[in-house]
Amino acid sequence: MGDFGTPGPVIQVRGIRKSYGATVAVSDVSFDVNEGEIFGLIGPNGAGKTTTMECVEGVRRPDGGTISILGLDPFRDVYALQNRIGVQLQQAQLQKRIKVWEALDLWASLYTNAVDGDRLLEQLGLENKRDAWFMTLSGGQKQRLFIALALINDPEVVFLDELTTGLDPQARRAIWELVRGIRERGKTVFMTTHLMEEAERLCDRVAILEHGKIIDIGTPEQLVRRHCPTRTVLLATESAGAEERLRAMPGAATVTRHDARYTLEGQGEDFVTEVIQCLSENRIRVTDFRTVLPNLEDVFLKLTGHSIRD
Amino acid sequence: MLRGLWKLTWLEIKIFLREPLGAFGSIFFPVLVFVVAGRWFSGARVPTAAATRVLSVDLPAFVAVLIALSAVLSLVTIIAIYREGGILRRLRATPLRPQTILTAHVLAKLALTLVTMALMVLASKRYYPIPVHVPLISFAVALLISTWSILSLGFLIASIVPTARFAQPIGAAILYPMLGLCGLFVPLQSLPRGLHALARANPLTYAVSLLGGIWKGEAWSAHLGDVAALVVVFAVCTALAARVFRWE
Ligand SMILES: Nc1ncnc2c1ncn2[C@@H]1O[C@H](COP(=O)(O)OP(=O)(O)O)[C@@H](O)[C@H]1O
Ligand SMILES: [Mg+2]
Repeated sequence: MGDFGTPGPVIQVRGIRKSYGATVAVSDVSFDVNEGEIFGLIGPNGAGKTTTMECVEGVRRPDGGTISILGLDPFRDVYALQNRIGVQLQQAQLQKRIKVWEALDLWASLYTNAVDGDRLLEQLGLENKRDAWFMTLSGGQKQRLFIALALINDPEVVFLDELTTGLDPQARRAIWELVRGIRERGKTVFMTTHLMEEAERLCDRVAILEHGKIIDIGTPEQLVRRHCPTRTVLLATESAGAEERLRAMPGAATVTRHDARYTLEGQGEDFVTEVIQCLSENRIRVTDFRTVLPNLEDVFLKLTGHSIRD
Repeated sequence: MLRGLWKLTWLEIKIFLREPLGAFGSIFFPVLVFVVAGRWFSGARVPTAAATRVLSVDLPAFVAVLIALSAVLSLVTIIAIYREGGILRRLRATPLRPQTILTAHVLAKLALTLVTMALMVLASKRYYPIPVHVPLISFAVALLISTWSILSLGFLIASIVPTARFAQPIGAAILYPMLGLCGLFVPLQSLPRGLHALARANPLTYAVSLLGGIWKGEAWSAHLGDVAALVVVFAVCTALAARVFRWE
């Protein structure tokens, strides 16, 4: 733990490796997760996200490297650890005909301190599914139940592996709200996703993982600034002298024009301001003005040379 | 270690009974076979001396083994489904110990076996063609020992079935042919030497001998060999299953 007031790392991963036969799933991965943050491991399918996360949970044993979580060794102290963490696994199911309350009741009986299951169901919007069989729940309801099970022991760290995969956009947004709620209760969230939008909206910090290696770590804004400093401004103007003035801007790296539509690219945070100043100083009348900010998707493309969906 | 065991056992019993045909297949079906076959054998088609032997020993032993086998088959199927659906993985990521999860399934099956046996004994009082005097406790214990031993074989089978879809057919294809070589349909003495050795390695042979003997009132001392054989089967299968069992 850190000093008073300064949240220290609750998870420290140093140089872990894991192979399945000839497949190297994770090689030399190191990172910290700080107390109270939402930390995201992002990368395409097969990058090694689940393997890394399950090593930290103590479900799998890494071939090498060290992991410390809440001051414990996850593999050796797995039973002590389980009381203090909450886990949602990728692609896990429950018994088809188990009722929602029965699952919560079983889980509650397994931990030394359990919170009230009915209140959890209420908070997660599942109170009217209390007596429903697991198999009758929708995808979003199943995931909310898994969140409830992950929270039943009032854990300090919550693990969420591909929580919203397979959900429609509306259900996804609802789940995001719930995850923010978990952070608001002071818990640390360690999640994985292959959805860049999800990482951007939810995560305080992300680590980009590819082929079992971490490429970079930082806040989404830091990563964008570091790897994709180019800002793009799209505008439309009929003004006659506009092209000449815009091309004369010192910060404009490229200016392309299709009839009345212009695309301007420049480096750095100040570029957009510079464009606005140029427009106002030269009294150029614009009918459209948009900025395109790079996002994690672009960062990923830049770092790996391919889109995350490939 | 025992944390959650009773709750999980009770839960698995409830979940099993919610399955369509779950209760029918493993509880009512063996009892139905018992009653219907009993009626059939008491008909005039079979010579009386042989029929009496069948009715007094063979049929009860057969039905009892059938009860055990259907418990084992259902265990194989459930484990395969749980593994494929990631349910075992999910349960293992809780403070439940792996042994607790498997023990809960064994206990659930043993409980259902006892219920089925109770129904069988009740049916024998009302619908069976000949009077029956079963030593209830002894018979229950004999059935529990037999089922428990064969369940360990079930874990071995559950380890090798590739997918849940094949669990039921593969399990049945392994378990039911074992009935042919357990001394019920063909006396062991009349088997050729190779098959005879196979029958002696068949746990059902000992289960049938134990169950038939106890049903007709023989003493435990006459069946210590059977019990010992069933315990050996349990020990061997459990040791093997512990090595090859796959959780995912
Ligand atoms: N149990 C396993 N046995 C064999 N290979 C595995 C196993 N789990 C994962 N892998 C392989 O390890 C690599 C990383 O997988 P995973 O950690 O699941 O990645 P992600 O969660 O990022 O999709 C993949 O190539 C995958 O096929
Ligand atoms: Mg994964």
